[in-house]
Amino acid sequence: MDFANYDPAGANRSREIISAKIVIAGGFGVGKTTMVGAISEIQPLTTEALMTAAGVGIDDPSKVPGKETTTVAMDFGRITMAEDLILYLFGTPGQTRFWFMWDEIIRGAVGAAVLVDTRRITDAFAPLDYFENRNLPYVVALNRFDGAPHYEVEEVREALAISADVPLVMCDARQRESVKQVLVTVVEHAMLRLQAEHGFATPVG
Amino acid sequence: MEPRRDPRGALVRPYAVTRGRTEPLQNIALEAVLSGTATQVAEARFAGHDKYRIASVCEGRPQSLAEIAAYTRMPLGVTRVLVADMVAEGLLTLHTAAPATGFAARMNLLGRVLSGLREL
Repeated sequence: MDFANYDPAGANRSREIISAKIVIAGGFGVGKTTMVGAISEIQPLTTEALMTAAGVGIDDPSKVPGKETTTVAMDFGRITMAEDLILYLFGTPGQTRFWFMWDEIIRGAVGAAVLVDTRRITDAFAPLDYFENRNLPYVVALNRFDGAPHYEVEEVREALAISADVPLVMCDARQRESVKQVLVTVVEHAMLRLQAEHGFATPVG
Repeated sequence: MEPRRDPRGALVRPYAVTRGRTEPLQNIALEAVLSGTATQVAEARFAGHDKYRIASVCEGRPQSLAEIAAYTRMPLGVTRVLVADMVAEGLLTLHTAAPATGFAARMNLLGRVLSGLREL
């Protein structure tokens, strides 16, 4: 008998594939998709969620004749690390009225990087507020645009009132190595946070 | 993908392909990975056009729920309902998305992601 094609339900569960997720957050046009694209093994993909009347926060569909749904797009990328481990990078929708989607995007994530455009620093207030009130490890990454005013990291920390235990790094969202470093910082920070929560001493410095 | 139209000329409402169901059998995470064997894809052929397309996307290369939605150009909520049905029907295999909850399992996962990033 040939069992080569014998495949009862569940038999192919032997090789579990684990996925992890890092969230790239930030205001509109801050470079989130650029960042995802710089390191993803696939062209960033877009998935669309429909905001129907049930999901409406601020938008009032009754005031938009003929329009019953709004589409919220999220961009994401993929890094296959091993046969059984895939890392996904999800960008958040930039428009603040879609924040109800952020809760779904961050659920179960390893951590997040909040991308800040140094030309429009105040755009970062709202995303930072969001993460301050969530129990998700996050780091702040200053995306240096060409011709942007130069700030010292500590100036930005003070301007945005970022607490001392949140890592703050400079980056270039177009550069793979730079993006990689931001993601490494996110994961290292998540590990430190997890250790601290379980009573391990946090290294000083 | 051509938008489907109903006889009145309006776009078919997005949840028509799920026969109006908007609640999935289980709430599959965006990054949860699904895979399908050749046998499963062959079976999905008889499960309707949309399910067959989903199975085809996952054949040979495991894909997340988000990727399935992107490649099939179906809205996320609709995709989730169909994918959850397919898992229940044995047409797709759902892998655990970030299942690590205990400290050791969580640290292990983070450690693997960290070294994976460093090796890029």
